[in-house]
Amino acid sequence: MEQLHSIENVPPLPKVRRAAIRPILKPGRAFWPVVALLTAIVAWGIMAWTVQVRQGLGSAGYNDHAFWAIYIADVITFIGVSYGGAVVSAILRLTGAHWRAPLTRIAEATAVVTVIIGASFIIPHLGRPERVLELIWRPNLSSPIFWDFVAVSTYAFASIVFFFLPLMPDLAVSNPAMEEAGLTRRARLFKLLSFRWNGNQRQHRRLNGAIGLVAIMIIPLAVSVHSVLSWAFSLTSRPWWHESIWAPYFVVAALYSGIALVILVVALFRKVYGLEPFISERHFVRLGFILVPFGAAYLYLTLADFLPGSYVGEHGIAAVFSAVITGRYALWFWIFVFGGCIIPIVIMALPWTRRLGFIVGAAALVDGSLWLKRIIMVVAPANYERVNGLFGAYHFTWISISVTLAGVAAIPLLLLLLFRVVPILPVTEMEEIAAIEAGIISAHAPVSGGVGKTIAPELVAPGVTAIDTTANLDMHTEGI
Amino acid sequence: MKPITSPVRISRRNPQDAPHSPTGEIRSGGTGADSPTVRRGMTRRALLGSMGAVGASAAAATAALDLFGSKGAAASTPPATSSTPASSSTNPLHQWAMVLDLRNCDGCKACTAACQQRHELNPEQEWIKVYSMETAGGQPYHMPRPCMMCEDPPCMYVCPVGATFRTDEGLVLVDQDHCIGCRTCMAACPYQARYFNWTTPKDVAKVPGMPRSPMFPTPQVKDTVGKCVWCADRLPHGELPACVAACPMGVIYIGDLTVDAATDGLGNVVKLSDFIRNNDAIRFQESEGTNPRVWYIPGHGQDLSNDTTA
Repeated sequence: MEQLHSIENVPPLPKVRRAAIRPILKPGRAFWPVVALLTAIVAWGIMAWTVQVRQGLGSAGYNDHAFWAIYIADVITFIGVSYGGAVVSAILRLTGAHWRAPLTRIAEATAVVTVIIGASFIIPHLGRPERVLELIWRPNLSSPIFWDFVAVSTYAFASIVFFFLPLMPDLAVSNPAMEEAGLTRRARLFKLLSFRWNGNQRQHRRLNGAIGLVAIMIIPLAVSVHSVLSWAFSLTSRPWWHESIWAPYFVVAALYSGIALVILVVALFRKVYGLEPFISERHFVRLGFILVPFGAAYLYLTLADFLPGSYVGEHGIAAVFSAVITGRYALWFWIFVFGGCIIPIVIMALPWTRRLGFIVGAAALVDGSLWLKRIIMVVAPANYERVNGLFGAYHFTWISISVTLAGVAAIPLLLLLLFRVVPILPVTEMEEIAAIEAGIISAHAPVSGGVGKTIAPELVAPGVTAIDTTANLDMHTEGI
Repeated sequence: MKPITSPVRISRRNPQDAPHSPTGEIRSGGTGADSPTVRRGMTRRALLGSMGAVGASAAAATAALDLFGSKGAAASTPPATSSTPASSSTNPLHQWAMVLDLRNCDGCKACTAACQQRHELNPEQEWIKVYSMETAGGQPYHMPRPCMMCEDPPCMYVCPVGATFRTDEGLVLVDQDHCIGCRTCMAACPYQARYFNWTTPKDVAKVPGMPRSPMFPTPQVKDTVGKCVWCADRLPHGELPACVAACPMGVIYIGDLTVDAATDGLGNVVKLSDFIRNNDAIRFQESEGTNPRVWYIPGHGQDLSNDTTA
């Protein structure tokens, strides 16, 4: 069958196309058992939540001295990791980093999936979820919670658009394969959602402009989301919450944990879908290098946060800080400091640990520890009794743990299901970048991702080792 | 310690020195900038105002904030169940206030018990809670903590659906039929005065003719927030709140800034402004800027105006 060109004059890469739609055509033997297992975990969590609805929020360990706890920490964590997908994709697009190409689809899909899961955790967080639409019917515009709702909805919508735009041409070029394989429903869906993409210059220019615009917009949008989330805390007068550092705290933590999640998800799908020819160990090293400054920045913000409050010793803040640094929360806090910041940085700093397994381990440490950090940040000030200065306590229950694990299991589950429907590799983008690197088209021509047109190929090519993503492909790499 | 604002504020509030005239505190919530109250020091509103003066855009933002505030207030207008006679008037009959004379409190917790009995609360729901405190010098004392009925209630500002509102008579109440259970108000309250219904509330034999309302929130509603209401259903009828009536030591005075009088459960009646001024009454954690309607008369050298000393 003749290959459709994704963009005029850009030759197709059959290997990429085959790999991108392999999960759609024929999932592996393990696919359905894994999906069933993950579905079971999610179903168990939903069951636990129904028990919570019947018995009241107290069944999740909440009490008057732990009025906010695990679920709001989950909201922050999941919406936080969503930022990583958006940023890897948006910033690397805008800076014209060619090596990004095979990662963007997975990264953007992760952003979409995690922001949906994170927003869903509002439901178990609320005592009266059936009244959640009152946020629309009778909003109080002076409430930070209302603006949380606005910001998260806007960001979720933007991340879906950001996921969808680069997908359109891919659906068009994958459509014939769907028809050939007899997947008529998917073929129809692809045809519908590709909006008659034929790859001509005009379409390409328009799409390109739109992607560039959304890539720019999604960065401040995500900054605003995490800031507004933090203001749900810092607009109260509670010790430690009421701090101006919380907004940057949340933004940096979101980037840090988000990039870590991209590493985990890319590693997972690379392995299960055999994407090793396109995604090399080098990709992980690069992502790991992006991790380091954010880890260092977060560690720095933590120090900048704790030093002044501990030094001066105002009653409330001193009590909370001493509980965190040396008191009842100290174990968890120091696990975060070492596991969440220092060890991952060391892993990336030492050449002999800068390898796939270690990097994936570092990423897992980062995400786990930052969840822990959020728990501390939520629970310690909530536990603090502001009249007499004593501390209450929060204990996890099987219900809150089950619901949280359901959220964790939902990430791979939704991604597995999503890549049953859409190509897992950004075919068009990879073909285009391969063509640019092969000198077939000029980078001055519109490149999906916006600012590529301003970057001359001779400036990009030498420094970009993205060649290893395409070097073993079947064509058009000799010219480099 | 010095009484920082209270006596001064009362006289300032009524420039004609007319303690018998209404105070003019007629705000049902939000950041309504129409309040005629003259405040000492920097309030939230004044801060926003001065920020607005910085630039046109900032001023626009402030105006927007005020707009939002009044919108929020509109959303939190007292429900129709309100039986306060003057609740819709611009000239309310009452401005409720409370004075707690800590010199007499022996920590017997009769107030807590009476409240819990009247509102059928679970034992951990101490809407008026008696804290055992210590002065800086190590002297023990007891401090009942009702809802402070703040003039600038942070709980109301942060409620995303306007379920917490402030009546014209200065009572901050919760509409539990609209509370979504997000608990942001619990985070915002500097006085730990809010209590959530974490489990199914007590099974209550309903009193005929007294359905649940924000003024008499019994029975409580599961997975929503509740708090002290100063027995708002009793006040219009000239009855004392349960805690005031139950206190054997005459610690708790319920009063009205409009008529400038207050009374305790033992029948003592005082002129409110004099009582506050002459006894160096202070408001708890004044530094929070919430302008509570509760004054404490210390007597053990305790400093309540700042954050906790415990």
